[in-house]
This record gives sequence, C-alpha cells and structure tokens, in this order.
Amino acid sequence: MNTIWALAGVVIKELYRRKDFYVLFVLTALITVAAGSVRFFQDPNIVRYVKDLCLLLIWVSALLITIATAARQIPAERENRTIFPLLAKPVTRGQVILGKFLGCWLASGIALIVFYAFFAVVTGSREHYWPVLDYFQAILLQWIMLGIVTAMTLLGSIVFAAPSSTVTIVFIVVAGILFLGRHLNTVALHNPEPLRSVIYTIYFIIPHLELFDVRERVVNDWGLVGWLDCGLATLYAAAYTGLFLLLTWLAFRRKSLT
Amino acid sequence: MDAILRTENLWVEYRPRGLKLEARPALKGLNLSVQAGEVFGFLGPNGAGKTTTINVLLGFIPPTRGTAQLFDIDVRQPIARQRIGYLPEMTYYYKFLTAEELLRLYARIFGLRRPEADRRIDALLKLVELEPARKRLIKTYSKGMQQRVGIAQALINNPDLLILDEPTSGLDPLGRMKVREIIQRLKQEGKTVFFSSHELGEVETVCDRVAIIHQGELKTLGRVDDLVSQHHSNLEQVFLNIIGYQPQSAL
Repeated sequence: MNTIWALAGVVIKELYRRKDFYVLFVLTALITVAAGSVRFFQDPNIVRYVKDLCLLLIWVSALLITIATAARQIPAERENRTIFPLLAKPVTRGQVILGKFLGCWLASGIALIVFYAFFAVVTGSREHYWPVLDYFQAILLQWIMLGIVTAMTLLGSIVFAAPSSTVTIVFIVVAGILFLGRHLNTVALHNPEPLRSVIYTIYFIIPHLELFDVRERVVNDWGLVGWLDCGLATLYAAAYTGLFLLLTWLAFRRKSLT
Repeated sequence: MDAILRTENLWVEYRPRGLKLEARPALKGLNLSVQAGEVFGFLGPNGAGKTTTINVLLGFIPPTRGTAQLFDIDVRQPIARQRIGYLPEMTYYYKFLTAEELLRLYARIFGLRRPEADRRIDALLKLVELEPARKRLIKTYSKGMQQRVGIAQALINNPDLLILDEPTSGLDPLGRMKVREIIQRLKQEGKTVFFSSHELGEVETVCDRVAIIHQGELKTLGRVDDLVSQHHSNLEQVFLNIIGYQPQSAL
C-alpha cells in the first residue's frame, strides 16, 4: 500500500507543478466567480440559470482535468522511460496502475473541493444561504463518478496509441453517457429487433454516470438525496471502477515496454 | 561461492507484427552465473543482446524459453528486485521532482522507514556530490548531475547486486572516474556488480570476470587476467578477436 501511495504522490506533485493545469484551474475559478457574482434584476430564475451554468462549468472542468491527467500517466511513463527505473524496483504493474489511479482520483477530488468552495463562497455571499450538506453531497457523488472516469481513462491509455486519442474518445464516451445514457432504454423501445437488443445491451452495460449528477437538485434547492441511495451509488461506482482497473491491468501486465 | 544471478538456456525472440514474418532471436540459450561479491563485466557489440539480457533480468520482458533468477528467485517475481539496484544507460527520472524527492519516492517503495530513508538520502547525496542541489528540480540538472542522481537512486536500498547498463556512457572523464570509484567501493563492501559497457579499459580495470556476447550467443566467459594472458594481449584485442573483427587492411 505504501508503494501505491508513493506513486499517487508523484501524480499529484506533477499536477501542481504543471502550468497547463493552473490555466484551466484559474480560468474555471474566475468564470465561477464572475458568473456567480451576477444577480440580474433580482430575478430568482436568472440566478438559478447562472448557478446551473457555473455547476456545468465545474463538471466540464473537473472532467477535463481528470481525463487529461489520467490519459497521459502511463504513456508518459513509457515515452520518458521513467517506467524502467520504477519497475526495476519491487513494484508490480498492478501497483503502478493503482498508484496512478489513486493519484488522479485524489487530484480530481482536490480540484472539485476548490471549485465548489469558490462556488459556495460566491453564491453564499450573494444569497446569504449556505447549503453546505448539499454541496458536500454534490462533491462526493461527482468525485465517486470521477473514479469511474479515471479508471476508464487509464484503460483507454493502454489501449489507444496516443494520449490525445484517449482524451478525445473518453470525453466523447463520457459526454455521450451523460447526455444520452438515461434515454437509451426509451430509444430501444422504438426500434425493431435486433437493434433493440443491441441498444438494450448497451444500456445495461454502460456505467450510468448521470446517476451521480445532482446539479439540478443543488440549483433548485430540492434537498438531499437519501444517504442509502448514495451508498448504493457508491457500490455501483466501485463495481465499475474495479472492472475498468481489472481490464487495465489485464491489458498492461503483459504489454511490452521496450 | 553462491550464484546470485543466474540464467539458464535463456532465449528471447522478438516476433515482428505480420503473420509471415519469422521471430528474430535476440538471445540464444544464454547461460550466465554471477557469484556474490564479484564485479562482472558484460560485453558485446551494439545489438549483441546485452540490454535484452538486462531487460529480462529486471522483468521488463519475459524470456521466450529458459530461466533467469536473482537470489534464486525467478526474475518475474517483483520480490527478486528487492535487493538490487539498477542504473539505466540514460537518465530516465521524473524531471519534475527534486533529487531528494526522487530518492524519497524510491526509499518508500523499498519500504525504508523515515529516519533510515533520511540517513540514506543524506549519505547518497553527499556521495554523488549533489548535496547543494538537492532541492532543485532534476530538469534543471546537467547530464552529469542527472547521471549522479541515477547512481544515488540505484543505491538507495543498499543493494547486494547492482546492475549497471553502460553507466559511463556520455559522462565526462570526471564522471567516469566517479562511477569507477563507486564500483570499487561497492566491491570493497562485498557487493556484486553486473555491468555492461563498451569502455573496455574500464572493464579491464574494475572487473573480476567478463562475459562476451555476440549475436545473442555467449562467446566467452572467464577471468579478465586469464583471457588477457591466453590471448597475449589486452581486453580490447581479446574482444575484437572473439567477435571476429577483421581490420580494413586485412580484407
């Protein structure tokens, strides 16, 4: 476990020493502050709309940071050949994958906390309303969802040749799941066999990332999701994360590094 | 004496992509045995299979046939690498870390406790003369400094066996001298050193035994003194004779 934590620490150190990360980070923070500060004509609908936009921005930025970070981890190790001194130590390839996963996931969590803190401070100072528990739940669920995305991206980084391909493909898949995932069963009903079965299969196979999206609840102040449901969602995410990590390990364990 | 590095009938074949292409053997039944406490030189021209052998020993590539063991443990087991240090030919380290952070990372991987890790890091940075630059990012180091970080990381776990892949390539004379001193020092401490090199003068100076490999086959293995006296020449001439080199004028 010590090895996994040590490798995770390297991922986090790399992230905070890279300039591109700060650009995205500062940009998101600034837009959140600017948009969150707006309160047109004291109209609550517009306030909700602006809050919705800010949360969407946080979602997109967190996804971008997570996918971009995870996608380059193992390819960069191979390209810079830093994997060789590392694997010459008593480190297994499985530990490398878990270390990378943990590092990326923790980094995405840190980014989420900072984004939501900006959002909470800006909206709270305007509305004098602090739904801390709602924000905590939103962060928690989004972070759990980012665990699936991180594992999925690591798998992509082993399968696809270049990190840019992995970023593009994973981002399209994640966006597709978020926008269309929940409607696939309805689409299946309107199609003839065998297409119906194919769409149903996809519907049941894909991880339903939209389950972790509680932005609407936060924006409209609908209250918390039950904690039991959160626990079930965590188990659901853990199963998919575990599956993607297993597939990553299977693909990586015999991969030639030379 | 105990053999702490052993290969038996080791074959490695690279299979090119494409159905009709034949597998190309990089190692052909290599048998090696390195005893505890000796400095062993592994020689051969470019493409002879030296790096492939080291890659197998470190578990980077699996052998096609045969076995390779370190400390009587199959090299595919990560625990086989607990007591070894490895210095690659080029400097492949995280450039966004400082030398101290890099050594701390590897110390953690080897399971060194914090006070012990601190002591080792201080001693090693002093040994490789990087003490003043310990807080600087590795990317700001010169090539020689990066190679010295490499030496320090290879020694972080106080290894019983050190595997060096052309450790002096690209180093200035001072750097080479430093590496030679370190190898001598390790030898005095009873450590085993296995290294590949093209610097035959250096090999002659520091090695107890050498193996010469050519086109994936072991051509000769023996004590440096014996080989030199058998051929009535220096190691360079021995090497050239064994690999069948003929000078232009002889053709």
